[in-house]
Amino acid sequence: MNQYPLWKYLLILFALLMGLVYTLPNFYGEAPAVQVLPLRSSLKADTALLARVDEVLKTAQLNPDVVSLDATSVKARFADTDTQLKAKDVLQAQLGEDYMVALNLLSRSPQWLPDYFNALPMYLGLDLRGGVHFLMQVDMKGALDKALESSSGDIRSTLREANIAYSGVSRDGSVVTTKFRDAGARSKGEEELKQRFGGVEFNTSEAGGDFLLHGRLKQQEQLRIQEAAIQQNLITLRNRVNELGVAEPVIQQQGADRIVVQLPGVQDTARAKEILGRTATLEVRLVDDEHQIGAGAVAPFGTEIFKDSDGSLLLVKKSVILTGERIDDAQPGFDSRNNEPAVHINLDAVGARKFKEATRENVGKRMAIILFEKGRGEVVTAPVIREEIGGGRVQISGRMNTTEANDTALLLRAGALAAPMEIIEERTVGPSLGADNIKRGFDSTKIGFIAIAIFMIVYYLMFGTVSVLALGANLLLLVALLSMMQATLTLPGMAAIALTLGMAIDSNVLINERIREELRNGVPPQGAIHAGYENAFATILDTNITTLIAGIALFMFGSGPIKGFAVVLCLGILTSMFSAVMVSRALVNLFYGRKARLNKVAIG
Amino acid sequence: MEFFKIKKDIPFMSYGKVTTSISLVTFLLAVFFLATKGLNFGVDFTGGTVLEVHYAQPADINKVREQLVGVGLKEALVQNFGSSHDVLIQVPLKQNTMGAKLSEHVVETLRQQDASVELRRVEFVGPQVGKDLVENGAMALLLVSLGIVGYLWMRFEWKFGLAAIIANLHDVVIILGFFAFFQWEFSLSVLAAVLAVLGYSVNESVVVFDRIRENFRKMRKTEVSEIIDNAITRTMSRTIITHGSTQMMVTSMLFLGGETLHYFALALTIGILFSIYSSVLVASPLLMMFGVSREDFIKPEKTEAEEVLP
Repeated sequence: MNQYPLWKYLLILFALLMGLVYTLPNFYGEAPAVQVLPLRSSLKADTALLARVDEVLKTAQLNPDVVSLDATSVKARFADTDTQLKAKDVLQAQLGEDYMVALNLLSRSPQWLPDYFNALPMYLGLDLRGGVHFLMQVDMKGALDKALESSSGDIRSTLREANIAYSGVSRDGSVVTTKFRDAGARSKGEEELKQRFGGVEFNTSEAGGDFLLHGRLKQQEQLRIQEAAIQQNLITLRNRVNELGVAEPVIQQQGADRIVVQLPGVQDTARAKEILGRTATLEVRLVDDEHQIGAGAVAPFGTEIFKDSDGSLLLVKKSVILTGERIDDAQPGFDSRNNEPAVHINLDAVGARKFKEATRENVGKRMAIILFEKGRGEVVTAPVIREEIGGGRVQISGRMNTTEANDTALLLRAGALAAPMEIIEERTVGPSLGADNIKRGFDSTKIGFIAIAIFMIVYYLMFGTVSVLALGANLLLLVALLSMMQATLTLPGMAAIALTLGMAIDSNVLINERIREELRNGVPPQGAIHAGYENAFATILDTNITTLIAGIALFMFGSGPIKGFAVVLCLGILTSMFSAVMVSRALVNLFYGRKARLNKVAIG
Repeated sequence: MEFFKIKKDIPFMSYGKVTTSISLVTFLLAVFFLATKGLNFGVDFTGGTVLEVHYAQPADINKVREQLVGVGLKEALVQNFGSSHDVLIQVPLKQNTMGAKLSEHVVETLRQQDASVELRRVEFVGPQVGKDLVENGAMALLLVSLGIVGYLWMRFEWKFGLAAIIANLHDVVIILGFFAFFQWEFSLSVLAAVLAVLGYSVNESVVVFDRIRENFRKMRKTEVSEIIDNAITRTMSRTIITHGSTQMMVTSMLFLGGETLHYFALALTIGILFSIYSSVLVASPLLMMFGVSREDFIKPEKTEAEEVLP
């Protein structure tokens, strides 16, 4: 009665072997490495790049342990951090700006593990490996304001194009109001605007002899703008993170209006924050040279006063020609005529059309490129428009040195956040604390495991030994599962490993106590073992399911550290069901099951 | 080896009045401390900034405090953390006018005095985040409770589900009461521990309930209170040993897991101790009070007699 069919033994053996294979990479540890990623879509991580990296390192006499190629990058592993840092500098210098060279850690495990089994060590969370975690809140009201501001500009140009007389466009909160002198012009204007602005609903009113047309963003248009703003910000953040040279960054949307940024291994948090938190948005507007302003003067209607980088004041019109979203690319370079440093800008189609119109009408005047950071604007540059500029290719030059050209290009390229963002949560863990956390988590699990093992073996003898072996199998399978799924292991996750081990022994205690009880009632050993496992199973199932309910709820509502805890808890319950029931039964069957006449079992 | 060789069933149910009043008193005390002292919510929930810095030599806490007051952080809480080299600085949200930039500012200030300062950890939580966490925590608690009641209802009977969840929520309130009384920091990981305790200590009630159900089927002529006494006595050995084993793991975390896991393990310890007590001496009397009876499980014998056998 205590015999498993052969296939069950084989299944258990297979599961344990797989567990061993996927657990193995965790024993080898990690070594410093550099990762080379192409930054342009035209460049691919291929064997040519692999050969080039290899050659660069060979000529620099930095001998990597392994140079390998994966889907998106080339990685080279080194013996120590010193060589790693040298290799990074050499590679960055040789490969140029089209490639990102980032510091990373690579598993020391033998090549066949990742090659044949895709077996990788557990993916450690930031609290274990060190790094920065940011949660950023996107200002959705800001995104809508911006959309409204830009549509009031569009209303003006539409009415002008259609030759409809109007006396003013103004924005008040979420309403854009256009003033007309008579009802006829208003109805013509309304018709024209309705055609152009599908996402805006219009209604009319009269006040003080003026005929007014109010435009509001429709609900679905607001949602679309907000969604687009998040996406644009995600892309911008990705570009900025690329400049930091971080391996395996995580940049994800969380909820409707938040973005999570995780930068493993980053230590210089100040720089990371500075680059990420640059809530810069760009606007191109016309300079008002008609009015004179002195210090303390009030800006005339429809204009604003901005400072430029030298601190001198500039009067700029409120209406926006272009925003930073319209900029496809910006590169530093030189003016072909006089070799002065310059910034070359490429605009998208809409941007190019608007820019062409604006420059045609304003030749000889100045335009200002204004950078808004945290609600405050600063004039980056205010060049004179020499001629109509079509085709969307713009060059800005004059009064710039090479560094300034570089900075301006970077700001124009990456500075285009669709809506302002704010860091609302930060968690930074230094590398030494991360290593400490790993050691603490590991030590407490080890000591706890040993204590349980000693107790179980003393108390239940043979059956205790079987329980401990089953618990070991549980640990093996849990670590294997975590490595296989590449779920993020955090310190609470390590606590969950320890806790599930402590809880998993419950199943074996239930079984052993049942067997003892059956023996006490005079049931012969084989029958007692059988009845013990059978009777305990329903209880084991119930207890595990209730814990699983708690685990799933924690996963659904938990954030960050709690989620890590919940994942491990749930997986641990599944593996413990398998090991406590199947593995321990198999061991008992192998040991006692084949004896036809069993008079005594060692259960203490 | 065997710790528990109990020949006769222990009449737990006859102590029912005493044990329920003890629980009631502990429970009310816990509620009292929660109401008067309140929980000492950690930065996860209240928002604010926590910095952990490491000095090469033992740190002078007073000097650090003075430095911080010098830059206008009067309410910053400065204390040693784990060792004399490590210092924990907490700045409440209302004093923080710099948002996420505060941490750099503080480290820069500290560097002026001692260049060896190493920043080990920063946690900055804005006000929006803390509110969400409290809401999500409450939702999780509610969902776990409903899930467990639902499952036990399905598996046993509504009386069992209700008795178990009352017993376990009683554990949760007592854990919270301890945290309120000692003003231990209530962080996210403590919340995780509390919810894990809820799932774990239900196990106790389930094991006892399983036995009660089995006994109702086997011991046809016995009184309900005797059936429950027998179920508790026979599962007691397992209860103590299981909890002992889990507690070994948790104790190991309590002492070796470092500061981060300390309160997590502490919450688990209280939860484990009280769940032994509550599942035996709270859930079962409650079950009696709800009027559990044989008919909840066994169909009347008549129908069995009418079965036609081949």
